[in-house]
Amino acid sequence: MSEIQLEIDGKEVKATEGMTVLEAAQSAGIFIPTLCHHEKLEPFGGCRVCIVEVEVNGWTKLVVSCVYPVEENIIVRTRSEKVDRIRKTIIELLMAHAPDSPKLQDLAQEYGADKDRFEKDASFCIHCGLCVRYCTEVAKKNAIGFVGRGINKEISFIPEIAAKECDDCKECFPLCPTSYLQAAFVLTKALFSPPPSSEPASEE
Amino acid sequence: MDNDRIDQIIDKHQGEASSLIQVLLEIQTENHWLPKEALERVGEKLQVPLTRIQHIATFYKAFSLVPKGRHEVHICVGTACHVRGATRILDTVEEATGIKPGETDLDLKFSLETVNCLGCCALGPVVEVDGKVHGKMSPVKTAEVLKIYE
Amino acid sequence: MARLNSPEEVENFRQEILSKRDPNMPCISVCVGAGCIASGADEVIEAFKAQIEKEGLSAKVDTKGTGCPGFCERGPVVVIYPEEICYLQVVVEDVPEIVSQTIKENKVVERLLFVDPVTGEKAIHESDISFYKNQERNVLCNNIKIDSKSIDDYLAIGGYSALTKALSQMTDVEVLEEVKKSNLRGRGGAGFPAGRKWEGSRNAPEPIKYVLVNADEGDPGAFMDRALLEGNPHSILEGLILGGYAIGSHEGYFYVRQEYPLAVENINLAIKQAEEYGLLGENILGSGFDFKVFVHQGAGAFVCGESTALMTSLEGRAGEPRPKYIRSNIKGLWNKPTVLNNVETWANVPLIINKGADWFTQIGTESSKGTKIFSLVGKITNTGLVEVPMGMTLKDIIYKIGGGIPNGKKFKAVQTGGPSGGCIPEELLDLEVGFDELTKAGSMMGSGGMIVLDEDTCMVDVARYFINFLTDESCGKCVPCREGLRQMHRILTNITEGKGKEGDIELLEELAETAVEASLCALGKSAPNPFLSTLRYFRDEYEAHIKEKRCPALSCKELISFYIDPAKCKACGICFKKCPAEAIDGGKKKIHIIDQEKCTKCGTCFEVCPSKFGAVTKISGEPVPPPVPEEERMITKKSKEK
Repeated sequence: MSEIQLEIDGKEVKATEGMTVLEAAQSAGIFIPTLCHHEKLEPFGGCRVCIVEVEVNGWTKLVVSCVYPVEENIIVRTRSEKVDRIRKTIIELLMAHAPDSPKLQDLAQEYGADKDRFEKDASFCIHCGLCVRYCTEVAKKNAIGFVGRGINKEISFIPEIAAKECDDCKECFPLCPTSYLQAAFVLTKALFSPPPSSEPASEE
Repeated sequence: MDNDRIDQIIDKHQGEASSLIQVLLEIQTENHWLPKEALERVGEKLQVPLTRIQHIATFYKAFSLVPKGRHEVHICVGTACHVRGATRILDTVEEATGIKPGETDLDLKFSLETVNCLGCCALGPVVEVDGKVHGKMSPVKTAEVLKIYE
Repeated sequence: MARLNSPEEVENFRQEILSKRDPNMPCISVCVGAGCIASGADEVIEAFKAQIEKEGLSAKVDTKGTGCPGFCERGPVVVIYPEEICYLQVVVEDVPEIVSQTIKENKVVERLLFVDPVTGEKAIHESDISFYKNQERNVLCNNIKIDSKSIDDYLAIGGYSALTKALSQMTDVEVLEEVKKSNLRGRGGAGFPAGRKWEGSRNAPEPIKYVLVNADEGDPGAFMDRALLEGNPHSILEGLILGGYAIGSHEGYFYVRQEYPLAVENINLAIKQAEEYGLLGENILGSGFDFKVFVHQGAGAFVCGESTALMTSLEGRAGEPRPKYIRSNIKGLWNKPTVLNNVETWANVPLIINKGADWFTQIGTESSKGTKIFSLVGKITNTGLVEVPMGMTLKDIIYKIGGGIPNGKKFKAVQTGGPSGGCIPEELLDLEVGFDELTKAGSMMGSGGMIVLDEDTCMVDVARYFINFLTDESCGKCVPCREGLRQMHRILTNITEGKGKEGDIELLEELAETAVEASLCALGKSAPNPFLSTLRYFRDEYEAHIKEKRCPALSCKELISFYIDPAKCKACGICFKKCPAEAIDGGKKKIHIIDQEKCTKCGTCFEVCPSKFGAVTKISGEPVPPPVPEEERMITKKSKEK
């Protein structure tokens, strides 16, 4: 694998072919905020928070660093007026769902985001997909998945599988930025648990 | 729908996971909806997790996870039909059938859906019932067409 | 039917077919495309067959169900060959007359002819009809001439001659070079140079490659691909085989929208026929080139028209697009080099190979070569499919071919490019159609949808309509599209309902920027276009809705009131009878009044009030005048001066 030289925030960074800009930045100790990224999971590219400016041959474009492959001699800027403005709007859009999420509140402070900018929504899932992807790729239990599309997209447990697997696992719980996952699990359990037995307990 | 018939459909597509959508389309066309048992059978035979099947069955509008009525009414709300008054046609159908898009009436007679383009744009507004396309509809004509169906 | 094993055998077989056909034999061609079928064409063709048989003419007259010529509003369309007499809106009752007058006595049935809306002239031949006269139907011309289910008909009009030419006289590289030289740009939306896309795949080191036909045609209002697929499936198949040959692919797929069952049927049949004839399969025509084709249906998702989402769907997954940092012609379907092109793009390939790239580049403009098929629909007199050379002005398309706006209404804008496009206003009607010209004006070519809007269309509602469409069709994976459109839809709906406020436009612009810059795919990136273009050219409408709570087009239900002008009401009583909400109070010779509390704004009274009175009006942005006092409600005749 050949070595690739690039510049991130004015710093010379050495990366290997096949790395993403995010990986290269992290290896050089340069911070780029993320929400849907996790080192054990395939890059998702859903939240767009890790967006950065990349200059190639004099042209500047915005790319999502968790999926953009490193290229020789590109100049990356992890902060700029445009990048900050877009990150701010994304955080505000997500806080319409989960204004109390600690992770979102931290980001809101850094980027001057207003949690009340947009009309609130009933669902506090921000669709980072960490739970679904962890269950599919790492735990390999396939107990939770996506349903629907567009503004009607949601996460949903498969009740039979969740009943069997989740109580002993729950590895995805700490990954959820908003606690929606835990709420969904509790609700699924409540709706799909077997009804209480109607027969009297046997006398011993 | 019995498992034998489902297996037949799966075998026709060489039991390949990539044919998942084609298999589900055939089951949907024959059965008019996708019962949970059918999804489980497909998942079992094609070695695909139920979460993926569930995502597909809810992502694509062609599929229904609930039983449909005897007659499927589709109102086209594509741009050309919209501009020619599709909203009023939809209002008429909702009034005549008592249901909204995505619903089926209690007698399981009509199921109503909006569709985003049937390709008959020059004939807008367009209504499709059981696969038969009716063009140049008006609220009055729509009410008349619906009366034909038992 | 024995397999054809060489290009020579194909040509010999073609001559054989032609020798058995008499070009002077009368042929009744009835369009049986989806549009005409919806208007009753299947009954019409059955009636013709029955009548011809009844008259004992079956051996002398041919009856054929053909592909869609694109004049759907006037269907069922019947063309009598060899004279090319064109009859429109033919019903079963017309059949005996057509047979006795035109077939038997060579007389024209005048009442079934096209009448020019401007000059009042009747057109006998298809080529005289003003709708067709100004078109250049290189791709569509054959639809009405062939039975779409007959491969022999396709061969008879010269079909598969591009394939025999390529396999016998050209190398695969030469075929690719010819397509490159032609500057053919994709007809699906992006307008990317096809030859360059093909070259990228050809040069990719991976041995397994795919060629795909994007027949998802999700843009509402567009039906060009439907007409081509249903009407002339072999023309696209031929293009696809040529593409496979050019890039070294041995497997092709048609991804067809499941909302087009007739197209699915016809393309499946065409593939089977081509296989039987040896035009598909192993060692095609002895060339050593293997190629097989499969058909996959879509399942109702607009996003699957996006190339990477289509490939994901072909792989049996939910149609979520992939980032395009690595182009799909290098890593596409199953991560292999994949050339995906639109139906119309593929249909142009046999023409380019047969007639040469030089012929193709003579048509069109500097940057946009060839012809483009548009679906001209909406508030327009002649609705249907229009094929014109690139560079024709929008004005000519809408007025010369389209016949202008019906019902004496005024043109307002033409929406092009589907949900990814924008609206072009009157002042830009001299624009010459082409990829770059439309993009510069804030819209785009897209797949070719051209929806004409008149003075009764509210432009804010147009923006709201498209954003609403996309909130449902978005895959939902990325935040700028899913959440951005969610909020944009809320704000636009509020504006149309009179709940807009200062700052809404700026907020919408910010959300638009986020979607354009940060969305995962082209659906998200182009989603704000309808809003941005209507804001650019019709900002006054947005401001009227927000500041004055007024809808200038008198369309948004929450912002209009219906009012009967007491000076014009003649108490005819029609609106009183028809009002579904019983909101009108009136009586004999008594001026009618609408009870605003009960009125549901259905618009029935407005439509049924006789035009000679025109008493029902729509008011917006101002209060409804108070009702006329009771004493003044009786209508009395003015006394005559003695």
